[in-house]
Amino acid sequence: MRAWLGLVARDLALARRNAGDTLAAIAFFLLACGLFPFGVGPDPMVLARIAAGAVWVAALLAALLPLDRLVGADYEDGTLDQLLVSGLHPAALAAAKAAVHWLATGVPLLLAAPFGAVMLALPLRAVPVLVAALALGTAVLSLLGIAGAALTLGARRGGALLPLLVLPLTIPVLIFGAAAVEAASVGLAAGSHLAMLGALLAAALPLAPLAAGFALRSAAE
Amino acid sequence: MLEARDLAGERGGRLVFAGVSFRLARGEALVLLGANGAGKTSLLRVLAGLGRIAEGALTWEGESVAEDRLAHAARSALLGHLDALKPQLTVFETLRHEARIRGGSAEEAIVAVGLEPLAEAPVRILSAGQRRRLALARLMLGDRPLWLLDEPTVALDAAGVATLGRLVSAHRARGGIVVASSHLDLPIADARTLRLAA
Repeated sequence: MRAWLGLVARDLALARRNAGDTLAAIAFFLLACGLFPFGVGPDPMVLARIAAGAVWVAALLAALLPLDRLVGADYEDGTLDQLLVSGLHPAALAAAKAAVHWLATGVPLLLAAPFGAVMLALPLRAVPVLVAALALGTAVLSLLGIAGAALTLGARRGGALLPLLVLPLTIPVLIFGAAAVEAASVGLAAGSHLAMLGALLAAALPLAPLAAGFALRSAAE
Repeated sequence: MLEARDLAGERGGRLVFAGVSFRLARGEALVLLGANGAGKTSLLRVLAGLGRIAEGALTWEGESVAEDRLAHAARSALLGHLDALKPQLTVFETLRHEARIRGGSAEEAIVAVGLEPLAEAPVRILSAGQRRRLALARLMLGDRPLWLLDEPTVALDAAGVATLGRLVSAHRARGGIVVASSHLDLPIADARTLRLAA
């Protein structure tokens, strides 16, 4: 556990030094949200209708941005080999990477989400549910994303392959996440949708790191 | 004791070495020789538990390495041909984080490789030889009995090579095993040699 926390601490320190990656993801998210009013027109009724889905799609795409570097940089500079001989289980390595991705990209996105929602005229009463749903959804994405990043390690154009692999897997997250926000914006209870997101997280939590761990080990072979 | 029997390894589906057998007791050292592409790096990666064993057996104290790769990883320290350093961290930060992951003392490791004047310098500004020293310092962490060194003297100056020699002999005096590859003479006394055919 001490070693695992040490790895998380090191990668968080690196994420702090590379703060530009996080800022780029946040800027991408806000810009993407800001583009919708230009595309569909500034009518608040129309915007509010699409706000839930648009915020979710923008957040998922933004969270993908820093993913491939998170594992790819370690693969290229030999750090992955060192981590694999450190004695940590490969699945624990993958879980640490997912935790770092969530803390360094997911959490800042949660803070930016209300601003994106306001730009899309989402009713204010839906914002707390949006943040709660994104907290669960981005965690699932971090886990799936690390598995995808580990699988595409060493592949030529792995960075382009990664979204093709991961985005289809996030469709359930998008359905329940957007439904939760939609429900909250018309004043219905969102609890059941949030519970489904929690269930997705509970499924991804053990499975994704295991798959990623196998992929990391075979990438090093 | 590390023992290889008829070990073969492949890279990219092609057999790069085969029929490698040796037995190393505590305190012994083995130097791998061979032309470029003879499979020295691949063999070291197999010995570290990273590469797949295509044929043969590798055992540590009689236990198969392939059975429990995690336990083998915990007793190995690898100096690869990549230094595995992050340019954004300082020398001390690098070793402090490594020490939390592997155990051991970052301060002692810095002193052992003579980098204490540069402890607060970012890795980004280090020369290639200084980076190599920092990678050497990582070997000291966590009390690993098996050291696997891939061309350890690359980029090191004469003083750095002497430091490497001191570290290796201290490690062997503690009962550690060293396997190293090199094209040049290594500062390792009375080491056995193994020549890999290309």
